Amino acid sequence: MSTASGNRALQLEEKLIFEQNSPGMTAVDLPNPAELTNVESRLGDVARTNPIGLPGLSEPQVVRHYLRLSQKNFAIDGGLYPLGSCTMKHNPRLNEKMARLPGLADIHPLQPKATVQGAYELIDMTAHWLKVLTGMPAVAMSPAAGAHGELCGLMSIRAALEARGDGRQRVLVPESAHGTNPASAHMCGYKVEAIPATEQGRVDLQALKDKLSDEVAAIMVTNPNTCGLFENEIIEMTQAVHDVGGLVYCDGANFNAIVGRVRPGDLGIDAMHLNLHKTFSTPHGGGGPGAGPVVLSDALAAYAPLPYVVHGEDGFDLIEHAAEAGDNQPYGRMKGFHGQFGVMVRALAYMLSMGSDGLRQASSDAVLNANYLMAKLGDILTPSYDGPCMHEVLFDDRFLNDTDVTTLDFAKAMIDEGFHPMTMYFPLVVHGALLMEPTETEGKATLDEFVGVIRTLAEKAQTGNAEDFKQAPIYTPRRRLDETMAARNPVLTYKPDQAAAAE
Amino acid sequence: MRYLPLTDQDRQDMLAAIGAPNIEALYQDVAADVLLDQPVDLPGFKGELEVDQLISNLAAKNLGSGAAPFFLGAGNYSHHIPAAADHLIQRSEFLTSYTPYQPEVSQGTLQALFEFQTQVAMITGMEVANASLYDGATAAAEAAMMSCRVTRRNKVILSGGLHPHYAEVTATNAKFLSLDVVTNPANPESTEDLAAQIDDETACVIVQNPGFFGQVRDHATLAEACHDKGALLVVVVTEIVSLGAVLSPGEMGADIVAAEGQSLGNALNFGGPHVGLFAVREKYLRQMPGRLAGETEDVEGKRGWVLTLSTREQHIRREKATSNICTNSGLCALAFSIHLTLLGEAGFTRLAQLNHATAIALADKLDAISGVEVINETFFNEFTLRLSKPATAVVEALAARGILAGVPASRLYPDNAELENLLLVAATETVTPTDMDQLVGALEEVL
Repeated sequence: MSTASGNRALQLEEKLIFEQNSPGMTAVDLPNPAELTNVESRLGDVARTNPIGLPGLSEPQVVRHYLRLSQKNFAIDGGLYPLGSCTMKHNPRLNEKMARLPGLADIHPLQPKATVQGAYELIDMTAHWLKVLTGMPAVAMSPAAGAHGELCGLMSIRAALEARGDGRQRVLVPESAHGTNPASAHMCGYKVEAIPATEQGRVDLQALKDKLSDEVAAIMVTNPNTCGLFENEIIEMTQAVHDVGGLVYCDGANFNAIVGRVRPGDLGIDAMHLNLHKTFSTPHGGGGPGAGPVVLSDALAAYAPLPYVVHGEDGFDLIEHAAEAGDNQPYGRMKGFHGQFGVMVRALAYMLSMGSDGLRQASSDAVLNANYLMAKLGDILTPSYDGPCMHEVLFDDRFLNDTDVTTLDFAKAMIDEGFHPMTMYFPLVVHGALLMEPTETEGKATLDEFVGVIRTLAEKAQTGNAEDFKQAPIYTPRRRLDETMAARNPVLTYKPDQAAAAE
Repeated sequence: MRYLPLTDQDRQDMLAAIGAPNIEALYQDVAADVLLDQPVDLPGFKGELEVDQLISNLAAKNLGSGAAPFFLGAGNYSHHIPAAADHLIQRSEFLTSYTPYQPEVSQGTLQALFEFQTQVAMITGMEVANASLYDGATAAAEAAMMSCRVTRRNKVILSGGLHPHYAEVTATNAKFLSLDVVTNPANPESTEDLAAQIDDETACVIVQNPGFFGQVRDHATLAEACHDKGALLVVVVTEIVSLGAVLSPGEMGADIVAAEGQSLGNALNFGGPHVGLFAVREKYLRQMPGRLAGETEDVEGKRGWVLTLSTREQHIRREKATSNICTNSGLCALAFSIHLTLLGEAGFTRLAQLNHATAIALADKLDAISGVEVINETFFNEFTLRLSKPATAVVEALAARGILAGVPASRLYPDNAELENLLLVAATETVTPTDMDQLVGALEEVL
């Protein structure tokens, strides 16, 4: 049934800002003192003369626009968001309050060092927590996100190898790895080779050993891995890599399963990024910003990027230039200024809140919740591997065999039930993957409700209701969207002429 | 522990359902000798009040821009952020959602990104823009790498007017890719001849406008010189508000624009998180890094948006992707977009004029001081002073008087004696006449 307006009660249609233009309107009233504006321009011959085309809206219009848009989003604040590998846990609002404090939000990275000692201390304190939690001696704080951290760690590895005159060219990456791993290795100038997985969802240790040689610069291993499993032969793996003179990068996206329980430093890891926006509760914000500090082993500590905070003679100091680095051999700068400071503030607020005991409890609860889902769903879905999982549980699509329902259809049906779908079709090592990560911030009642819905949907799929799944979702602001059309004829900006011609 | 909903009874019941005797049984794949039997050596759980006090104490040790006459810029600018912008980005549905992989439940983020892309394309004068990169410096590095892919050449020429951090990040990224980065020396007087350096190996020339030392220039001639040799022109903008008053890079003939968007919607944040803006000519679209939101229709024919052209990206292409970027600056991009929507054409233009006028007023007052010379013939809202003394000591003396006076060039060029007396001074709309008088008075005393 359709409405005259196209709206459906709380779901309101919303035009683009460009379609709400009142020329000349602005929602920001600025002063206009004559003594400031009646001056000769110092722009030389490059003053802008053509209009830009930005729309003019009033403040009520703008507020309403973004409120209406927000209501078209699913969010962790609203419900279970079990996206495997993404760690959609609760984002404490204390974090947001702290990041906005005067003295943190309003300081400039190039102020005199004496005026920002509290900021250096905050970075140093965050670094201390990360080093102790991982059992590693050093940390590079400037990478902006997980993939940026991967590149940082690989550059540290390459810089350390080259410092000893070692020009190794190959990096081994398990086929179950995040796509960022091979992409980062490529950006570091390395040739990427895949390592197969075993039937138990782990790196094939023998296959790894067969590929090892003095040509291998590093292995990139994810632990716990993307199948939600702890690499039970990780120590043998790191030992084997070290034996041929290579180094070990660990993708730390899944560190949230083992915080306070296992220290990567005890496993032989040389470099590992930490996603502050996953493990340490800072919000994902619809795609960032994140932060990806990289902890480093003794072998790599001297080869970190610039800048970094040190304890100086008169308080904290910031090493910004290679000439100030003493015995260290930084390979350069990865990012403007000092990294994602505002994200560090949030992560520190979380770590201080949870404490050593709370962080250990959080990882335990995350693992418990995932295993609970496996126990409650394992008979009707098809778990890909035997034995306990870590913080996420992987199913494949065998339970949908002969149903004509795909993993995608199943996910879209979950949306109508009020749940965000799990990660689909990743990792690539199982067919039609469904990767569920409930996180520790879901209670048992929510998990039980989720289990009930998934069981009902699975039974429905297995009893010949494929067409219902093909139609899903039907209660969303938009139904299934045509991604092929979007890619074939890319429309990436609003073009008023085309819109007018189409009417 | 306020963030953990499970009760001890829940935990017992759940372990029973799993059939595990205790939580350690779930960690059975971890070798016993590396499984910790007690928490690591860090402080324990704290209430919200305690954490608030602890972090507030750290904040109180810093002198913020809100508590002092403030004149720093150099790629990170203090602007007034409308209350509505920071309020709206804290809507749970924006703040606590993931990358919009499920478009049916992410239309809010996707439509906002589509609008953001359009706004960025408009103000830079380009045809398409992506959904953001980390910051301006990494955007410049991506522009360099993209130029090499497009032209199948290896040489990148960096202007001496490019922000040193941008130059360093570009050099870092190029280091292990066998790219040849030619970094021109610092160029406060804006006299370099980049066109003469372009050869058949040159993939791109990267210039900044306004330049690091503040000069604004028309790079149209350089664009022609690039194009004559089959190279691309990359224009970097670190103060995006300037585009309300200055000719856009697109109008100058730029092929790629790599910019920092922090000035709109985003606080200083001690240098991050910020928002990298990246815009290109449409013909280079498929070599572009980063996410893109695109328009499409749903099965009922209604207009909607999805992430698109992801065959460029790492999760599909792995080592053949255009970049490794995944998480970008989504919420900062939203803040940027909301601020620009609030401003509109009239407000954006007005804000730029106000910044320019404020900077002119300050420059004239400072230039009148004995021992101070404004070296710029042109500038937008930031200019460079030549002082009669080394700038670092002057800035520290002024900081001791509660004034944050600017960025000494030597902070970024530590080993260049010629730049020792240079001070970069920015004046945005937040600078009051009283702030100016305090700076002038204190500078007269210190010099």
